[in-house]
Amino acid sequence: MSQYREIAVQGLWKNNPGLVQLLGLCPLLAVTATVTNAIGLGVATMAVLIGSNVLVSLIRDYVPKEIRIAVFVMIIAALVTVVQLAINAYAYGLYLSLGIFLPLIVTNCVIIGRAEAFASRNNVAKAAFDGFMMGLGFTLVLLVLGAMREILGQGTLFDGADQLLGAWAAGLRIELWHTDTSFLLAMLPPGAFLGMGLLIALKNVIDKKLESKQQQTQAAPVVERARITKVN
Amino acid sequence: MALNIASSPHMSKPLRTSTVMQRVLLCALPGLAVQIAFFGWGTLFQVLLAMLTALISESAIMKLRARPVASALSDNSALLTALLIGVAVPPLAPWWLTVIGTAFAIIIVKQLYGGLGNNLFNPAMAAYVVLLIAFPVQMTSWVAPISIAEHSPQLLESLRIILAGTQISVADTFQQGIDGFTMATPLDTLRTDLSQGHVISDILQKSAFNGVVGAGWFWVNLAYLFGGLLMLKMRLIRWHISAGVLGALSICAAIGWMWEPATHVSPLMHLFSGATMLGAFFIATDPVTAATSNKGRVIFGAIIGLLVYLIRSYGGYPDAFAFAVLLANLTAPLLDYYIKPRTYGHGRASS
Repeated sequence: MSQYREIAVQGLWKNNPGLVQLLGLCPLLAVTATVTNAIGLGVATMAVLIGSNVLVSLIRDYVPKEIRIAVFVMIIAALVTVVQLAINAYAYGLYLSLGIFLPLIVTNCVIIGRAEAFASRNNVAKAAFDGFMMGLGFTLVLLVLGAMREILGQGTLFDGADQLLGAWAAGLRIELWHTDTSFLLAMLPPGAFLGMGLLIALKNVIDKKLESKQQQTQAAPVVERARITKVN
Repeated sequence: MALNIASSPHMSKPLRTSTVMQRVLLCALPGLAVQIAFFGWGTLFQVLLAMLTALISESAIMKLRARPVASALSDNSALLTALLIGVAVPPLAPWWLTVIGTAFAIIIVKQLYGGLGNNLFNPAMAAYVVLLIAFPVQMTSWVAPISIAEHSPQLLESLRIILAGTQISVADTFQQGIDGFTMATPLDTLRTDLSQGHVISDILQKSAFNGVVGAGWFWVNLAYLFGGLLMLKMRLIRWHISAGVLGALSICAAIGWMWEPATHVSPLMHLFSGATMLGAFFIATDPVTAATSNKGRVIFGAIIGLLVYLIRSYGGYPDAFAFAVLLANLTAPLLDYYIKPRTYGHGRASS
């Protein structure tokens, strides 16, 4: 069980694809202008990630090493096409607002990275869980960044959620304040870069705090001794 | 200003940063005064607001970084940044515009890079670009000079407009039939009219110009030129950067003007419009973000002058100084790398 816990921690925090691996920055920065878009792209990426991890893990013993990358890419491309067609069919509004970034999931390095680094070396259950956790980590970063930019940019949350979830979701829209002029900077790509930088900084600060706390609790019983040679 | 009476030997001692900044601020006063005279009290409020915001954000971030607050506040650099932002935003811009800009300049552009001396970009100009991109409408509605406006807001009225925080009050005035007090700047008018196919000689007949250059702007630039020369005299800045900026701008403008006078304005117009003098003496000379060798400084200035000319003539934005300065800031490390002053006794073959 602890292995699964480790996978979860890796995906959500320690090796988060958005904040630590910095993979898939292009969609991450481009579509996070609103929460709805962020969730849409995040879930789509997660679906592709789980599917590709499972498939790659299934065929890992039968694919010759030399051509594995090409095979992985084919699998991912097929899955992305499936997801794209599904969104086109069931959430057309979202399909339009995500635009080119939906088919571009195929180029998202997180997916091929996990296929190569994890799924091709582990069994199906673990690979699927890893795909889910990595996808969740990615989605959460998208969500936070999207919320930040949407609140700053136009003072709303879940604007256009009905495109993703159906007509009932129009009620989800929260207007925090009304602005005559939207804060364009937050909506434009520079705002995404700034927001991303601030998020990474925040994560580093939290990590440092946790580390120093751990050191304090650990350091107490150790007796300081003068050594000439290094022990470990 | 300290007026110490020192006895001989009159050895000069290096100026402290706070003194330099203080004197630069004082040298900008004539320009500020003329700007207030021509464009109303709004500018003064914007400067004060920017200074207040700068001091608050500077002390807040110093506290966050667990550094001494007092020493950072007393070096006056935040005040200078605030002054530059205050004179650069439109005088009647809503208060939050100045606050956002100044806070961005101090917190993101200056302190996140490590505070005074470590910033890569000129804080005031980065803030100006952020505002221009984020709020294009508010940033381009400049007030008409008092000399040609039919109605200009008085002291309290301008304060009310700034604090109202919306553009609506200005729009209302338009509807009430009083001639609105906002208009495009001369450079903006020029660009719009040129794109509609008018020729320079016709455009210059408009009320925004006094025949040769923009009304009001001529005197503002002259006052900043005076302040800049004062700084040169007091040795607060060296001549290299300013000369590079003004020289490159005049040469480029002269070439364009001689080549096609119907669509290119005279060098005089370029030199005494918009932010030219303020930029050449007060903004481009920021020692932190400029090149450090003398030759490098001239080239650094020339890059700014060239970019200002190109962006003004062919770009999409009315004035170009902020963009030019930021782009030139990017070249400063490279200039410093390739242009190193000769060390005495090394290099240069003796023949």
